[in-house]
Amino acid sequence: MYDFTGLIQGINKWLHSILPAVAADVVGWILIAAAFLGLFAILGLVLVLAERKIAAFFQLRLGPNRIGPWGIFQTVADAIKLLLKEPVGTNRADSFLYNLAPYFVIIAALMSMSVLPFAKGLHAYDIDIGVFFVIAMSSLGVMGILLGGWASNNKYALLGAMRSGAQMISYELSVGLSILTIVLLSGSLRMSDIVASQSDYWFIFKGHIPAWIAFMIFIIAGTAETNRTPFDLTEAESELGAGFHTEYSGLKFAFFFLSEFVNMFIIAAMGAILFFGGWMPLHIGGWDGFNHVMDFIPPIFWFFGKVSFLIFLIMWFRWTFPRLRIDQLLTLEWKYLLPMNLANILLMAFIVLMGWHL
Amino acid sequence: MNKMKNENIKAIIQDWVPDLEFTEDSLEYVTVVVPRASLRHFLRKLRDDEQTKLDFMFCLTGVDYPKYLEVIYHLESTTLGLILVVKARTEDRGENAVLDTVSDLFRTAEFHEREVFDLLGVRFKGHPDLRRLFLTEDWVGHPLRKDYVDTVNIVKR
Amino acid sequence: MKTEELIINPQGKTEEYFINMGPQHPATHGVLRLLLTLDGEIVRKVDADLGYIHRSIEKMTEFDTYRQIVHLTDRMDYLSAHMNNEAVCLAVEKGLQIEVSDRVKVIRTIMTELTRLSSHQLWWGVIGMDTGALTTFMYAFRDREMINDIFEETCGARLTMNYFVPGGLMWDIHPNFQKRVKDFIKHFKTKLPEYDTLLSDNVIFRKRTEGIGILSKEDAISFGVTGPGARASGVRCDLRKKHPYSAYDRVEFKEILGTKGDTFERYRVRILEMWESMHIIEQLIDNIPEGEILEKTKAVIKLPKGEFYQRVETARGEFGANIISDGKKSPYRMKFRSPGFSNLSVIDHLAKGWKVADLVAIMATFDFVIPDIDR
Repeated sequence: MYDFTGLIQGINKWLHSILPAVAADVVGWILIAAAFLGLFAILGLVLVLAERKIAAFFQLRLGPNRIGPWGIFQTVADAIKLLLKEPVGTNRADSFLYNLAPYFVIIAALMSMSVLPFAKGLHAYDIDIGVFFVIAMSSLGVMGILLGGWASNNKYALLGAMRSGAQMISYELSVGLSILTIVLLSGSLRMSDIVASQSDYWFIFKGHIPAWIAFMIFIIAGTAETNRTPFDLTEAESELGAGFHTEYSGLKFAFFFLSEFVNMFIIAAMGAILFFGGWMPLHIGGWDGFNHVMDFIPPIFWFFGKVSFLIFLIMWFRWTFPRLRIDQLLTLEWKYLLPMNLANILLMAFIVLMGWHL
Repeated sequence: MNKMKNENIKAIIQDWVPDLEFTEDSLEYVTVVVPRASLRHFLRKLRDDEQTKLDFMFCLTGVDYPKYLEVIYHLESTTLGLILVVKARTEDRGENAVLDTVSDLFRTAEFHEREVFDLLGVRFKGHPDLRRLFLTEDWVGHPLRKDYVDTVNIVKR
Repeated sequence: MKTEELIINPQGKTEEYFINMGPQHPATHGVLRLLLTLDGEIVRKVDADLGYIHRSIEKMTEFDTYRQIVHLTDRMDYLSAHMNNEAVCLAVEKGLQIEVSDRVKVIRTIMTELTRLSSHQLWWGVIGMDTGALTTFMYAFRDREMINDIFEETCGARLTMNYFVPGGLMWDIHPNFQKRVKDFIKHFKTKLPEYDTLLSDNVIFRKRTEGIGILSKEDAISFGVTGPGARASGVRCDLRKKHPYSAYDRVEFKEILGTKGDTFERYRVRILEMWESMHIIEQLIDNIPEGEILEKTKAVIKLPKGEFYQRVETARGEFGANIISDGKKSPYRMKFRSPGFSNLSVIDHLAKGWKVADLVAIMATFDFVIPDIDR
């Protein structure tokens, strides 16, 4: 009903008709890049505000309420402040790596966003290994954190970075395996295929209990991937001050800060796509009337609605739980989540093999 | 009750060492002045003896007197409820301002002795880590002494 | 499991390094500097460097009158301001050999218990923050605010009250006092179980605290640890029971004792103490006797020659004021035995072999107030 394929192809055709082929492609890329950068900036602003408002809600506070109605322009003001701030660094830092690190983090976050389908036909790059691409890109982000922590020449930063390294390598596994459980159901790594195959039921209903287990593991590991409480050992405010970004200020700090929120968005988006049908409305096999009514709600609302719900869930964790210790974090992964995950994959494979899924 | 306990502990100590000097400084607690040579021995005996069991040092105070420095140990027994104040005096305020450490008997004395060393300049022989605690390593003088001069920060009224 | 047992290759040589925790660090709650020797994440040695907020209060007392000294004491442990004031007041009263009226005693007891409650509330908020749960802080402040309002109404200040003076109280309680305290107790009785559901029963928090930093009874006594930290190890050190002062001999309450002595036990003791404090206040708040609120004393108090020691139980442990008087208007020497000072000395012993995160949790359960340590 709401298909963006035509619109996107129309714009492409129109560009090609007024420009030579190469120029048209370049302009197309620039438009896409601008769109994503815009989305990136808006996401950052909205998510930071949302986090602060939600935190305030959990903590019996009002949250930002001075700039604009209900404080909605607070993050805009914060962004301007960060832009205008003097970048203060350390003399003894390895300046090349120190300056490079924030870009690693932010580029990795941007790249993984490129394969997300926001609606039917509305995606930048529908690569056939889409899921794999996201996993690969999100694990690149840890390079930036490691580099930043190492190059800062600060022991707190180093401790944070090393923690982050151990954490990321461990939880990468859980994210990957829980995604694999769903790939077993869809039979494809392409994002659009995964979404399309949920047109009758979302995977979380389709896959019975293994899908629920996979979802829980995914959301736990995803929270760990984005370094958020209860897994925020990399920052660990009460132990390490600010962790890996202790020595960063101004815009470079903003990059780290922003990428944390965008990574959270990516994890929530992946969760929505894999388990809750992405932009697919709530469809129940056989109930044609109901499905038809649901189709009237635009897919973009479905997608962002589901993502918002998952983001709220992750924020809820943050404002409720205490932090784990590093050895407990690794124990949780290697002793509990990983074996559970492997057994879960077998179970799912069995279900798919027997055709017991919905 | 307390009076009885006080007489009790006084009797015990007089039984051990008859010629120790008791002072009447404190109305509440029995106060005894111990020769510095037998300080460690005496405190160990107080801590380990079945009759006294003074195992808890709740305060350690250093005082500067014109002729000597005095360290006051407040001891209490967590089991018997006895309290005893032990005083030890250094030979003088300069070169020989030395006392034996009791930090191995009462671990809490480790910090307290460092504080007394820092602010009053009593050197504790055998202390494992006798450094200044509050002030910087290169500080000159000991501020809690009566003759310490600081024309800027000390306002005499 | 202790972290050292987790190391697979004990022969593998790692290099120890130093890290400066403080003077500006979120977990030290003030200007405390800890020089940590770490092996990876494992703490090998904790060397405390004090003095960043040393104000020489002990030296200042030698030039001040006794009335002035009271005002210095609530700048030490500002979260137990009433208790510190009480210690000096009681010591001076001991020297003057005056007995305050029952009204004063009861009001002092209610005030100190309210202080204990507010201090423990702040501590609860802070231990949550130190273990990573930020919401506890705001919950604690919601309830603490009510106590501060009560203090403000009667004492005129919210943190450094200076309400107790040698011989009694600065002035009488506010007419609303009893009603507001009762309202607060009613309110807090419904909120304290919330503390348990939010933090005490949290699996992660339990894992972070249970079996960590175990303090044996012998060590607690030897290191001079007092307060909830020692009571969690089973040391009967509550001065309110042991040497009752003010009106503690006429109220009925339990001395909370633990057995395990680990971080969680210290946490539990404090939570249970809040119930006991409320119990004490409930017994007294309707029975404030009539009487003088201020005994007659000279404008400039001179104590006779001698030593006057007063021990009181603050929220952190035993606070002692030792006045050595030579008969003048200022003490010859005054020593404050602060609970945090002795409690800090045990940190090195406790944190050895545990992780940095455990060190933070252990420190949080001793609830250090740095001006109290430095004095």
